[in-house]
Amino acid sequence: MSRSASLASAPARDMSVNKALWVLLALCAALIVLVLVSSSQGAVRIPVTEIPDLLFGDLLSDEEALWRNVLMEVRLPRVLLAVIAGAGLTVTGTVMQALFRNPLAEPGLIGISSGGALGAVAAIVLGAPTLFWLAPAAFAGSLVATAVCYALGRRHPGMSSLLLAGVAINVICGSLIGLFTYMANDAQLRSLTFWNMGSLAGATWQQLAFLAPWTLILCLLLLREWRGLNALLLGEREARHLGFAIERLRRRLVVLVALIVGPLVAATGVIGFVGLVVPHLVRLSLGADHRWLLPNTVVAGAIALSLADWLARMVVIPAELPIGMVTSLIGGPFFLWMLTRKMR
Amino acid sequence: MLIAENLSCGRHGKTVLDGVSLQLKPGEVLGVLGANGAGKSTLLATLAGELPPLAGSVTLNAVPLTMQSAQQQARCRAVLPQTPSLAFELGVRAVVATGAYPFPELSPAALDTLLDRALNLADAAAFTTRRYTGLSGGEQQRVQFARVLTQALAQRTSGEYRALLLDEPTASLDPRHQLLLLQTVARLAHEEQLAVLVILHDVNLAAWWCDRLLLLANGTVAALGTPQNVLTPPHLRMVYQINATVMPHPNAPERQLVCFG
Repeated sequence: MSRSASLASAPARDMSVNKALWVLLALCAALIVLVLVSSSQGAVRIPVTEIPDLLFGDLLSDEEALWRNVLMEVRLPRVLLAVIAGAGLTVTGTVMQALFRNPLAEPGLIGISSGGALGAVAAIVLGAPTLFWLAPAAFAGSLVATAVCYALGRRHPGMSSLLLAGVAINVICGSLIGLFTYMANDAQLRSLTFWNMGSLAGATWQQLAFLAPWTLILCLLLLREWRGLNALLLGEREARHLGFAIERLRRRLVVLVALIVGPLVAATGVIGFVGLVVPHLVRLSLGADHRWLLPNTVVAGAIALSLADWLARMVVIPAELPIGMVTSLIGGPFFLWMLTRKMR
Repeated sequence: MLIAENLSCGRHGKTVLDGVSLQLKPGEVLGVLGANGAGKSTLLATLAGELPPLAGSVTLNAVPLTMQSAQQQARCRAVLPQTPSLAFELGVRAVVATGAYPFPELSPAALDTLLDRALNLADAAAFTTRRYTGLSGGEQQRVQFARVLTQALAQRTSGEYRALLLDEPTASLDPRHQLLLLQTVARLAHEEQLAVLVILHDVNLAAWWCDRLLLLANGTVAALGTPQNVLTPPHLRMVYQINATVMPHPNAPERQLVCFG
């Protein structure tokens, strides 16, 4: 599928490419500001203006040494993990929604995330020799969950069967995670909450060195599928008539999604609803042309999760809330609202 | 050319239609008539490569459809299915532009010209500023028609075979737009050498606009030929099981007018 970018100005007059581009640039700027502000605030406050100096300058005082330590060892890794996880979860949500033709398809809701969590937990408890094995195990879990969901959701089209399949997968994975947790000793598992609620607290540079390029490259691969995703909006038959080998396209999308979500879940646990709320809002403001929708959701998702992380750290200083709880607190009611709108 | 030879088609292994042989020639409009459930849409889906033939063969440019990629097929035939839908809000122009996806070689300028032409031909140019989901069923149908026109007209190589398969394209249109659509289809067929297969329910529209007609009844071909030869009371009775009177059209005596009952 070597489709060049020659359709560049295709929907120009129709959906004002300019607007989408400006929004994208504005979102990028907002993300950078947010990352700086967010990494300056928390139990230890670091002046934003000092950050460049701390990162690149020479040390002066003990206070600055402490700041640098907090920034480099704690703050920055988790803020960047929020950026990456937000981008990954949101773009996969957008893709799932087009694939299932259903605005409620979201990695958390339909069980892809808990599948990944189960894979990771199983790897830990069954004695994976190194943390390296978490990501592939989580990917396998995500892939199986997606495949099951897809098979069920396709056999009985309509939004309820997909969501019910998701509920079932979530319950099964949740109970198996519980079982594994029960079998595990304290050293093996930090806590059940980590997997069910999600957390960014464990972020390390080591993790980021793998997750950041991995997620970024896979996101770019997903962005390239915008034509296929647009065609899927018209329907599977129509997409086929437009020259897309549907089965291959579908398989490719599902694998890409699982490859993104699995390792993210292994690093952060299940963070729900980002992939539901953000694509919906971006679609409302920019329309569903995936050429522009996808890049915008990537950045908007990064912003949303960074914001949620910032909230999670600021509300109960010096303690913090699990990030998954924050996103669920915001996303849950939003989900209900979407559901009632859709039912009407 | 799109050629069906002794074709049996059906879904899930159950034969709906048997013994269909036809050639969809460039420059002609072939109308397909038949009662509900006669297998019209199944035939179209088989000709479009969606359903594998249960027996016989469908070839496009002398190669069996089953041996061609979806991309190859999409470059020389466009399909308008019966019920257009759209999962999310895509702009009208973006919907029409999907018709050009099989042709990545088009320059942006050529694409723009093509989209404008298709939108005008389908009388859908006025919708480009509106939301697709805010359009009525008939208006959406016109946008979808513009989409398949884009796909059918995008092929630049002259002499290349281009087929257009339309499943009840007039179903949700008002009389004026039914006429406009078929007029457009007939003109493109005759002037641009498009090969068109169109499923219709209105026998008189078919009699007026189609060069040849295919009548389906009792799971097979009841008649295939010019409207003059095909639209006879016995044939119509076999297809629809009601009496029909066929008379010369008051505005064009060489064409037929069919009255049922």
